[in-house]
Amino acid sequence: MGPVKQRIANEDYVTINVGPSHPAMHGTLRAIAYVSGETVLGTDLEIGYLHRGVEKLGENLTYHQFIPITDRLNYCSAIANNVAYEMAVEKLMGLDIPIKAQLIRIIMTELSRIADHIVLVGILGVDLGAFTPFFYLFLQREEIYEIFEWYNGARLTNTFGRIGGVESELPEDFEQRWLELKKGLDKAITETDKLLTRNRIWMDRTIGVSPISAQDALDWGFTGPCLRACGVKRDLRKDEPYSLYPEFDFEIPTGENGDVFDRYMVRMVEMHESVKIIDQAFKMYKELGPDEPLMAKVPKIIRPPEGEVYHAIESPNGELGFYIKSDGSDKPYRIKIRPPCFMIFQAFDDLIQGEMISDLIACLSSLNIIAGELDR
Amino acid sequence: MALKHDILKVLGNNALSFDESAGCLFVEVPKDEIIPSLKILKSELGFDFLSDLFGVDNSALYAKKAKKSKKDENNEEQADTLSSSLPRFEVIYLLLNLTTNKRLQVRIRVPEDDLTVESATSLWKAANWPERECYDMFGIKFKGHPYLRRLLMWEEFPAHPLRKDYPLEGMGEERDMKYEPEGTGHWT
Repeated sequence: MGPVKQRIANEDYVTINVGPSHPAMHGTLRAIAYVSGETVLGTDLEIGYLHRGVEKLGENLTYHQFIPITDRLNYCSAIANNVAYEMAVEKLMGLDIPIKAQLIRIIMTELSRIADHIVLVGILGVDLGAFTPFFYLFLQREEIYEIFEWYNGARLTNTFGRIGGVESELPEDFEQRWLELKKGLDKAITETDKLLTRNRIWMDRTIGVSPISAQDALDWGFTGPCLRACGVKRDLRKDEPYSLYPEFDFEIPTGENGDVFDRYMVRMVEMHESVKIIDQAFKMYKELGPDEPLMAKVPKIIRPPEGEVYHAIESPNGELGFYIKSDGSDKPYRIKIRPPCFMIFQAFDDLIQGEMISDLIACLSSLNIIAGELDR
Repeated sequence: MALKHDILKVLGNNALSFDESAGCLFVEVPKDEIIPSLKILKSELGFDFLSDLFGVDNSALYAKKAKKSKKDENNEEQADTLSSSLPRFEVIYLLLNLTTNKRLQVRIRVPEDDLTVESATSLWKAANWPERECYDMFGIKFKGHPYLRRLLMWEEFPAHPLRKDYPLEGMGEERDMKYEPEGTGHWT
């Protein structure tokens, strides 16, 4: 008998099984909710339905072959995973990446951050019964995917970048596409904001739902938007600056109560901040000559020196870290992925205690649990 | 390095060795002293955030090194002692100081014949699932964990898949998998 069941042993409850195959569960997650009336007394979580042994696979693939596998972690923002992994290997090898490649990476990562946040806000709306913003936002997400597709041919699983740089320059008419996208994105976010943020029903369904204090959130290992929603101003782009992020001017939005509404608001503002970063990065990109290198000098077969490294970046979901241990051969000895939502999801029982069963879906949606990265 | 000095000051003899690799600082502490060490690092040096913890199986690395030194020096005795004297597993704790943004990796070595480690759930709630995963993947048991059962694999899974002696293609366990037999699932 687990600790949750022990806690509620004296209560009168009904067991409701949500998932693993359920339209409101995002991916194959299973929550076993113990409810009394409509109030959730506790939930037992069962994960692992999408466990593919990514870490074991990594030990048997070469360093470059592992990049496509990282696409399948957080498939809403595959580029952020690719970049996180590549940067960890580069750190292990002590490579310096050309500025142009870094700028392309930043532009693409921020685009995927916007796409990821669009998925969250859109689906959160759908889960709470607001269907219209979903269409406004997903139209723009489609445009972002067009840019990805047109950069290297893939939409969802991008396999972006190489160890040591990126594969190609931004397409020639990126500027025009970006200006169009920016206009559409601004409009879509503003309209979503108008439809949702001050909407009475939306406020009733989200404000004060599943709040968490900053202290608890840190204790549970929260990172990313879910932590910032509790009022902790923490973002690896600012706190442990990597790549060219110190050169850009952007704000870190924070919330106060750490409830569903704050998590939603933080992401809404972050989309605007990402647009600002892309603008600045693209301005720097334009100033570079066409002959600037895209790749650092990398051997054909990657054999990092013996050693171990941990490197984390701020992915749309929070701290995404890769621990890589190399034994000097062409395959990593051990890869450990630190997915942000793994830490967030383990606090689910704490978050949901005493809430209504319908808020369980709202809370789950607002945490952005991606089964691919949770189970690996 | 100032951080190294501070760590030596608070940990004293418990800091067995330092190891710097690609800009990451690793400190090794004795297995039995892990909780007091983490506690003191948390309270004295402000490493108040547990980012992650995970296991590493070093057996293949030792075997490779032993083979190499055998080839080099033709010294069989030395090679054998290398692979048998060093503990097989490692557990690495990734700590973070939220005010200075410094990271520290704490390492313990776990021998195969004594796979029990004190649980860190008393210090951080965040250690809960990572410890379960570590148990699932390597078979390292965490004493004092509130609910130590498999996390990603199913409960009756007979092996620990991230150990180096577990084959990549599996051992066909899924063929006789029973979905929550009586007495093991959440339903009981």
